[in-house]
Amino acid sequence: MTIYEKMMNIDRRWIYLIVGFAVLVPAIFPFTVPVAITPEVRSVYKFVEELKPGDYLFLGIDYDPSTMAELHPMSKAIMAQCFKKDVKLIITALSQNGPGMAEQLINEISTKYDKKNHIDYCFLGYKPYPGITILNMGVNFKLTFPNDYYKVPLDSIPVMRGIRNYTDCKGVIDVCAGNIADMWIGFGNGRYGVPLALGVTGVMAADYYPYLQSGQIFGLMPGMKGAAEYETLADYKTTGIKSMAYQTTSHIIILMFIIISNIGFFLSRKKAKLG
Amino acid sequence: MKRQLPIAITFILGFVLTLQYFIPHRSFEIVYEVTNIWLQIIGFFAMILGILSLVMLHWDKIQYKKTNWGYSIVTLVSLVGITLVGVIGTEESPAFNWLYNYILAPISATMFALLAFFIASAAYRAFRARTIIATILLLAAIIVMMGRVPIGSIISFGIFPKLSDILLNYPNVAAKRAILMGVGLGAAATGLKVMLGIERSYMGSD
Repeated sequence: MTIYEKMMNIDRRWIYLIVGFAVLVPAIFPFTVPVAITPEVRSVYKFVEELKPGDYLFLGIDYDPSTMAELHPMSKAIMAQCFKKDVKLIITALSQNGPGMAEQLINEISTKYDKKNHIDYCFLGYKPYPGITILNMGVNFKLTFPNDYYKVPLDSIPVMRGIRNYTDCKGVIDVCAGNIADMWIGFGNGRYGVPLALGVTGVMAADYYPYLQSGQIFGLMPGMKGAAEYETLADYKTTGIKSMAYQTTSHIIILMFIIISNIGFFLSRKKAKLG
Repeated sequence: MKRQLPIAITFILGFVLTLQYFIPHRSFEIVYEVTNIWLQIIGFFAMILGILSLVMLHWDKIQYKKTNWGYSIVTLVSLVGITLVGVIGTEESPAFNWLYNYILAPISATMFALLAFFIASAAYRAFRARTIIATILLLAAIIVMMGRVPIGSIISFGIFPKLSDILLNYPNVAAKRAILMGVGLGAAATGLKVMLGIERSYMGSD
């Protein structure tokens, strides 16, 4: 095997090992990278920033632990910004393993800002079939959630008094991994016209740009970069901004492997042509 | 009767629910609300069927010691265990939270994190400029990849993020929109075929 062929056929175990080392570098030698703010993230921040104390925002925590590294930081920053501004939150978790994620968030951020359950926010919990749940909540939250996650009837919850459906909320921000985002677009925005913004994983982001351009969503936070941008704007820096260092080193390594494989490919082809 | 009744129910419900979307009258709103509640109840029974199917499939694997039958034991034990802890101890119980925080969450996060390694290996093998199309794919991948991380902006003096935005907002949106329109029209046509009884595969082969 020639050197060029070797460049094109590096054993995948070497790739795994080098990527592993690349991820370890920022952990051993921490560094920060500046984050440029994109308009799609800024519009979500601006929307929340313009809410007045006492306004209601619907927050969907529709992801499982598998994507928490990407999505937890942006959820934390949004929740912190809302609590700072005294905005009331109605929270659901329509993904099977989402309630645990939502509870973690609520416990952490509400304690930090001294916010009380049923007074400053209400966690409705999980119901199967997100599409139907979103449709039903558009009629009345009580149709799907007669009680909140802690089995307390909605009628007896102070923060839910006088709140019937999406029309009583200023908007919906759905942080999700999976097709629940499509259901929010189709049913939440399409059927009820609720202003909607999405926080999605990096790999999902490209799918939602058409909705951003058509105005069906007013903002989009794509993956870890989106989270880092939101953290910078909301001045609530946690793991989102830190993870940019890890993403930088791993992207550089992936790019290097792509360059090596292409150099090997071109040189081996040139050699073959020359005979 | 076995065929006519489901077709009749599908047609009536499909027709009424399509109609109610365009008629903002209280009577239609009531129909819509009631149907949505029915949907959730029927969905619950579908979940029971799903669980039964899962149990039967894995029970069969264990009984006849089929390939990887040991994993089936893990699946069934986890299913029964988590359900029991959740039902008996309620969702907020320490045992349920412990299982969630210390078993489910780390396992799920680890599985997803492994993707970074597979993506690196796949990118190394796939992004090779063999043809013009492959070269375009390679360039688009590099631009978007570097445009989405801060280092890309620094090394290119802000060019990568701008090019990445152009790619995402124009070629990507154009292609996605065309696909979405096709999917939408296809879904509407299939819905109409189901309502009119032309498409009957949902009723099975009997």
